[in-house]
Amino acid sequence: MIPYTAIAGLGITQQGKVYDRNHVGFAVEAVQLALADAGLDRGDLDGLLLNPGLSWGEAAMGSFQLQQAMGLRNLRLSATMNAGGATAAAMIQHAGGAIAAGMCTTVACVFSDAPLKPPKPQGAEKGGGGSAGAYGFARGLDAAYGQFGINAMYAMVARRHMHVYGTSNDHFGAVAVAQRQWANRNPAAQLHETPLTLEDYHRSRWVVEPFHLLDCCLVSNGGVAVIVTSAERARDLKRPPVYVRGMGQGHPGGDPAETLTSGAVLAKETALRMAGLTLADVDVVELYDCYTFTVIVCLEDYGFCKKGEGGPFVADGKTAPGGALPVNTGGGQLSSFYMWGMTPISEAVIQLRGDGAARQVPDARVALVSGNGGILSTHSTLILSGER
Amino acid sequence: MPPYTKPIPTVTPELRPFFEAAKRRELVVQRCRGCGTYRFPARELCSNCLSRASEWVRVSGAGEVFSFNVMHQVYHPGFAGEVPYAVVIVKLAEGAKMTSNLVGVLPGDIRIGMPVRVVFEDISDEVTLPRFAAVSSPGV
Repeated sequence: MIPYTAIAGLGITQQGKVYDRNHVGFAVEAVQLALADAGLDRGDLDGLLLNPGLSWGEAAMGSFQLQQAMGLRNLRLSATMNAGGATAAAMIQHAGGAIAAGMCTTVACVFSDAPLKPPKPQGAEKGGGGSAGAYGFARGLDAAYGQFGINAMYAMVARRHMHVYGTSNDHFGAVAVAQRQWANRNPAAQLHETPLTLEDYHRSRWVVEPFHLLDCCLVSNGGVAVIVTSAERARDLKRPPVYVRGMGQGHPGGDPAETLTSGAVLAKETALRMAGLTLADVDVVELYDCYTFTVIVCLEDYGFCKKGEGGPFVADGKTAPGGALPVNTGGGQLSSFYMWGMTPISEAVIQLRGDGAARQVPDARVALVSGNGGILSTHSTLILSGER
Repeated sequence: MPPYTKPIPTVTPELRPFFEAAKRRELVVQRCRGCGTYRFPARELCSNCLSRASEWVRVSGAGEVFSFNVMHQVYHPGFAGEVPYAVVIVKLAEGAKMTSNLVGVLPGDIRIGMPVRVVFEDISDEVTLPRFAAVSSPGV
């Protein structure tokens, strides 16, 4: 199928311990960078989708706030979206649908956050304020038992995976090490200059067993924006288009510790069918790595290996530089920067444009990108390609 | 006895039967009147059959460890003296799952599938918290 939409611009602000602007400032800057990348200006935007990070708080009207901040006057599409970590890829999907339907022509899809505050930077794991337990809203019962935060909930699922499939901390560590090797080739990665061995991984402190610190994604201040427009129009813009060949979502519901399966199983069917491609056509894989564990689960659920064999697959070196299946080639959210699902999308665009420099995967033509949220409960997939 | 410094759950109307039963040293779980599915914590309707009718029924208190983690980070000062401590998900014999703690078992000794049985601890005048103990031999 000939793709209808394309990514025409990418904007990534400085990432990490950047304290001189807030979440709105990062969002505006990311959109400006993305517009400049595409060779457009803000007057060309008629669509705006925002995934608010933690700093936007309960900003149900976050996209309106961003519109006001940017002085956008002619939006025909505006919404604040939240499907957890699946949102970023889902925003591109909704933008594509709206463009295909003729509602608008040029949509900025935006994520920004600034949870790190000086002078006391937080640790590298996500915060402990989660209110909704994986097992329902327990009104303080989880806290009474000492269960706090998302790390603790994912840890429960990871422990089941270890029990059922024999997955081990060596396997988790192999994910961290492989991605750090990629980050060491990416000057924009926060941990670019920090090598990592499996021994270093095991020495890193426990956060919530079975998760070491290095199993958990970074916390980052920053913003990322992507400009989506029609495939036809994208051809006339400044940079080579990255075509949206396939897209799908999967929201399985149920108890993730019971199923040990993400929504990738559903999402990939729709996305690959739309693209008319198979896994064998995929050159680079950019997975949503909130934890090392989720990389293993998603490799299984996409079918790159059998269920339960994600750990050995990574430990075998297949996902590292030089491996058969390059995964999270910028270092991912574990080692590069954590902009929710915008991290894997941005790296796919960089690879498909051939902008990866020292980390460039040769002949990268097709990228599979995932978003994952809600403790393996929400999922989105994009199949992107530099070729139609 | 030192004062209790960990978070004390609020006795909300929907969880009142749970806490009242715990005071009596009984474990109760909500059961759907439509399809009989046990569920915990309390919810307004059954996600299996969508019935809004439910009842609280006493369960055996027997179950097994379904999963667990070990918290090494202090998220609340009340747990500062306890890290590392384990949080468990117990799968009750009747089917519902509960987040809880094990008493008398070191984190390193916890195994998935361990048989456990409910025990009760009074933590305030209003709240008694069900926790679980390992069943080390048949009949205990």
